[in-house]
Amino acid sequence: MTTANPSIDQTDTLPLKQKLAKTTAIQRRRAFLLTLPLVLFLLISFVFPIGQMLFNSMHNDKVSGVVPKFAVAIQSWDGQGLPSEEIFEIFVKDLAIAKKVREVGRTAGNMATRINYEMPGSRSLFTKSARKVGKITEGPYKEALIKLDKKWANPQVWLTLQRASHDISPSFYIAAMDMKYNEVGEIVQADELYQIYLNNFVKTMWLAALITFICVLLAYPVAYLLAILPLRQSNLLMIMVLLPFWTSLLVRTTAWIAILQTEGVINDLLVYFGVIGEDGRIQMIYNQTGTIIAMVHILLPFMVLPLYSVMKTIQPTYMRAALSMGSKPFNAYRRVYFPLTIPGLAAGTLLVFILAIGYYITPALVGGQDGLLISNLIAYHIQKSLNWSLGAALGAMLLVVVLIFYWIYNRLIGIDKLKFG
Amino acid sequence: MTGETPLVRFENIQKSYDGETLVVKDFNLDVAPGEFVTMLGPSGSGKTTCLMMLAGFEPATQGEIYLKGKVINNVPPYKRGIGMVFQNYALFPHMTVAENLAFPLEVRKIPKAEREERVKKALDMVQLGAFGGRRPMQLSGGQQQRVAVARSLIFDPDLVLMDEPLGALDKNLREQMQYEIKHLHEQLGLTVVYVTHDQTEALTMSNRIAVFEDGIVQQCAAPADLYEKPQNAFVANFIGENNRLMGKVTAISGDKVDILSDNGDVLVATKINVHAVGDRTTVSLRPERVFVNPEPSSVDNLFSARVEELIYHGDHIRTRFTVCGHDDFIVKVPNSTANSLLQEGNTVPIGWKMEDCLALDA
Repeated sequence: MTTANPSIDQTDTLPLKQKLAKTTAIQRRRAFLLTLPLVLFLLISFVFPIGQMLFNSMHNDKVSGVVPKFAVAIQSWDGQGLPSEEIFEIFVKDLAIAKKVREVGRTAGNMATRINYEMPGSRSLFTKSARKVGKITEGPYKEALIKLDKKWANPQVWLTLQRASHDISPSFYIAAMDMKYNEVGEIVQADELYQIYLNNFVKTMWLAALITFICVLLAYPVAYLLAILPLRQSNLLMIMVLLPFWTSLLVRTTAWIAILQTEGVINDLLVYFGVIGEDGRIQMIYNQTGTIIAMVHILLPFMVLPLYSVMKTIQPTYMRAALSMGSKPFNAYRRVYFPLTIPGLAAGTLLVFILAIGYYITPALVGGQDGLLISNLIAYHIQKSLNWSLGAALGAMLLVVVLIFYWIYNRLIGIDKLKFG
Repeated sequence: MTGETPLVRFENIQKSYDGETLVVKDFNLDVAPGEFVTMLGPSGSGKTTCLMMLAGFEPATQGEIYLKGKVINNVPPYKRGIGMVFQNYALFPHMTVAENLAFPLEVRKIPKAEREERVKKALDMVQLGAFGGRRPMQLSGGQQQRVAVARSLIFDPDLVLMDEPLGALDKNLREQMQYEIKHLHEQLGLTVVYVTHDQTEALTMSNRIAVFEDGIVQQCAAPADLYEKPQNAFVANFIGENNRLMGKVTAISGDKVDILSDNGDVLVATKINVHAVGDRTTVSLRPERVFVNPEPSSVDNLFSARVEELIYHGDHIRTRFTVCGHDDFIVKVPNSTANSLLQEGNTVPIGWKMEDCLALDA
């Protein structure tokens, strides 16, 4: 039974809420409109491409797009021996149509490339057969196709085709994790020669950690000086810290080439002063050393600035208080000053590590062979090998790694404690 | 203080930061054990610098600082064993209140059990028993202040320094904390050197006050002496409210000085800081020592004054007069029926005694 009270409440609260909503609606709408350009920009340039990448890493229709009817039919095959004559017929006809239509992105070549990822060396089988398949006009199609090329009698070709007929498949993640399908369709480790991605992930993280660590060592004293020096001197120092920020990344990286290369400034000086012989010039660039040096230099400000902004807020009285209570200077530093800098240290570490883990240009320019990072491999697949799906899978894994670090970081330190300045 | 060795002695201390100007010029002070000494002065007068030299954070440019008879100029702060309360408390924000209090004990390697016991005692002493697990930021200003005081006392230092510890509190809390610190000083027999620019605070709490101005101690005396017998015009002006009349010494006989004021009136005043006939002088007079409509025989100086302004203060009425050529002469008139006839524009007789009227330097 309803009493009078609820209805009174309703008539009382609703208009109030409506009134409030009405008064704030214009403000909210205005605020939203102001952020709209940025929201759109982020959607178009960030959210959408990342979504696209995540989608691409799992989705590939290069088989179903070329031989659509076959892609459906092959699913009924139990994987034993060879597919039935019926399936062979559908395949031959689909392939012949694809050859005739030659729709961009849906040619036999596209399919051949896709299958070649999983069966290296199988490309010519598809392209060659596609050219001749128009001549097969009547059955039995199985025999005719095998006559065109013996390899069609290999059940592995059909197993691979069956797997690749799924538009959504984990096969690119499997490849990105240095694994493959064996002859009977089980997931196994790839041959040692092809195990490049996981090792590179580990190397990338290790290098990023090392670079972060070196940045901490170099930035901490600088940030401390910045925080305690009188304004005039600290301003000058700040300009020196920020100078790299204002210089193009490419210029800075190529400057390191000029300095570090075997015919470069440092080696010339060392030879001139007789420290090393003419034939003992040190290889400092186009390897990991070059990558580390150049990246530390480029990422250093990202460590200095958060540290500085935190140190600036630490009152000198904290240290004085610790000293007045009988603590020796080092102990006072360890127990009082250092813990207070942790938010800045954490922010700098996270920033530098995440930037380093995805760094591309510098390792590409000065990394040589062993200084290449995972992003260089991603770029290779996007730009050179054009295996976008694999590149996307690697990118997605990189994204997951970064998110995991972010999560660990949040658990250990707390994102709310981050201070970038 | 003659027989006893002073706990602290500043001897001919000078301090310069830039090598050009002296912030502290020839500072001398003895602090006896158990004394509460306040260094009072406007900002930039050198009082905090003196405190920092005593704490060991600033080196003295010249002179010696003694603690218990030993020169401590070259002793680092962490070996001086001096407790200190800072202006903004300097409680470590990343430690709990209990950890803050335990810090000085920890660095002294005091065993954990005793540490906990002393922390508990200290928290009880400042009535914060239940707050040991909180962070400083979760406490109110007054509570933080108490923790800071407790932390400075927990290792039983011989001497506690306080650098404007109440500056960040609001007026009511400040007064309450003044009493609490005062009581701690009395109960525990502490020796305190206290810095403030608030004269009320200094008068309330101290045994002795050193008034600083321009790097020099103008006067160092007990609060009552400072107020009643200021030695110069700066102190008279800085401590409490003060009326000043300018004039010239015409005669000196013993304690009595005859003065001709700048507009031609003749006053008698007590000789404090004038030396010869013809000296320029500032005559200093407290507003509460002036009588309106006095019995002529009860006062030594009697003038007719014009009422310029009446400001109602409840228990008294601040009245601004023009007298002896000065139109900023303030008198605190008790709010009694006898004085209710004062009106702006009236001319009334006002007067004061010779003892209340001090002839100081110009």
